[in-house]
Amino acid sequence: MNRVKFGAWMIPVLFILLAAVPFVAQAIGEPFYVTFFARVLVYALAACALNLVLGFAGLVSFGHAMFIGLGCYAVGILSFYGISDGWLQLLAAVVVCALVGLVVGTVCLRTSGIGFIMITLAFAQMFYFLMVSMTTFGGDDGLNINEPSNFGLFELSGSTEVYWATWAVLLAVTIFLARLKKSPFGMVLQATHINPRRVNAFGYSVFRVQLAAYVMSGVLTGLAGLLLANLTAFASPSYMSWPVSGELIVMLVIGGLGTITGPIVGAIAFLVMEEFFKGLTQHWMLIMGPVIVVIALVSKNGFAWLIRRREEPAPAPSAAPAAAPKVAAVSAGESQ
Amino acid sequence: MNSSLFLSQLLNGVQLGVLLFLLSSGLTLIFGIMNFINLAHGSLYMVGAFIGAASYNASGSFIFAIAAAIIAAGLVGLLLEHLVAKPLYRHDHLYQVLATFGLMMFFNELAIVIFGNRPYYAAIPSALNGAVTLFGSQYPVYRILIIAVGVLVALGAWYLIQKTRFGMLIRAGASNSSMVSVLGVNIDLLKKLLFMLGAGLAGLAGALAGPILSVQSGMGEPVLILALVVIVVGGIGSIRGALVAAMIIAVIDTLGRAYIPHLLGSFMQPASANAVGPAMASMLIYVLMALVLAFRPNGILNKK
Repeated sequence: MNRVKFGAWMIPVLFILLAAVPFVAQAIGEPFYVTFFARVLVYALAACALNLVLGFAGLVSFGHAMFIGLGCYAVGILSFYGISDGWLQLLAAVVVCALVGLVVGTVCLRTSGIGFIMITLAFAQMFYFLMVSMTTFGGDDGLNINEPSNFGLFELSGSTEVYWATWAVLLAVTIFLARLKKSPFGMVLQATHINPRRVNAFGYSVFRVQLAAYVMSGVLTGLAGLLLANLTAFASPSYMSWPVSGELIVMLVIGGLGTITGPIVGAIAFLVMEEFFKGLTQHWMLIMGPVIVVIALVSKNGFAWLIRRREEPAPAPSAAPAAAPKVAAVSAGESQ
Repeated sequence: MNSSLFLSQLLNGVQLGVLLFLLSSGLTLIFGIMNFINLAHGSLYMVGAFIGAASYNASGSFIFAIAAAIIAAGLVGLLLEHLVAKPLYRHDHLYQVLATFGLMMFFNELAIVIFGNRPYYAAIPSALNGAVTLFGSQYPVYRILIIAVGVLVALGAWYLIQKTRFGMLIRAGASNSSMVSVLGVNIDLLKKLLFMLGAGLAGLAGALAGPILSVQSGMGEPVLILALVVIVVGGIGSIRGALVAAMIIAVIDTLGRAYIPHLLGSFMQPASANAVGPAMASMLIYVLMALVLAFRPNGILNKK
């Protein structure tokens, strides 16, 4: 299995490159890049978490921004009441995301395919409207977070602090997911995607395996929300609006579903692309929209076609090149 | 709570239900037959609203505005079908969701480029601007018109699907589209017509809703989410389910928003009732959806 080998050097190289970002930004005197890449890493973390359900188990959760929002509000609401203890906020984020994941997952997993997509979307919207109508916590305008999460030893008080915290969490999550993928649980989870009936016949409960993955994924996404709240010092309902869920899926598809470093590469590619178009025109969505359409049309496997090529002599004919060079350019920059 | 206020709230609910039905019937048909999930359906609704408002402002003829909206949305739908939907029919839903998500971004931005960021003004035609007395309370004529149109479309859809050859093919296509194709029916053409029909209905809904809601970029999304809830509750692919669910969801949503803060106020302090009420009201239909799914995962009307 070449992919294991490929991943084995891909992870250290990627993370060393990412670790260089704050130093490079400082050297060239552009502190903006630290903030920007901190945001990239936060979304990469959320994309990695989504990968656990969408990439491994093939469950298209279209409401994952919900967990980002819950993580954000765990920080926002606690600090609203004057609690800036990071550990308590972390505990709140994990517990809330796990409970919501358990309830929402239990209902959503009763359906499959298209039903699952729409119900996860609807639940996320439910929380979105809930936070919009909670005027106590800022409602539509969002909630300012005056004090950063204080973890005792360190405080998430600036972009650089958030950057390093996210970098470390992302590294841990990446290694965790790489191991999980090869673990019995990960194998069964991936098997539920391929042949749920056979998994059931083997004596595993497809429902339980998927629910466990969904809850785990929700909690990890909640961590991204906690970090995002500290990065922007703000909790807003818009963090859990459905375009955010869609963007996470786009990142995953660009990077390659079910791969270990794919979500990170996808998040970098997507947000760099977005930033580039924003520089070109105020109406950047006019370009980004069609780009997403083209990505969906031409790349059934997104970035994974690059990896696939190393394994198989003949690449899949459907891996059309039109959208790929843009992505490949970013990836080449990352893996050198 | 007086009863005439309750009745007019109920009518508001039915009127929202009609709009939801116009949207969700197209969505559910396209999904049921082509297995295609179209998140850009809300954009077609927006196209209808903008074209309807713009052509009414330009011409002053309401009939012309409605026709223009239906035709414009239908043509945009046809274009979407050809460029985006058709290549993705056989693919995973994931890629359909992704592509139509990108389209939605594109249309929202396009609306801003053409019509600006602020709500675009859409007038109620002066002939329909009055109110009539219904059960002792005043009710706007225009909203009654919307309800009437909805009833007509529902009857038309029933006739089209149950009584015509086109409807027979649609029903056959929904159960086994490759078999229909083997029997010598031009299934590609059928799909195109159906996509146009769905898009046209969305455009009609948009044009009708324009004067009573605000016409602006992104207006399609909240309604699209409601329409998705409707087709999940009603059972995917079922027009009858869409009709029943649209009415239930819309009436519950409207009445919930009107009365939950009141009900809470009767046993809570006004301040907290005002804070919790709207939140509970906005969650109501999602709770309903969760309950329906918990007991009938395939929708209320589905016997499977």
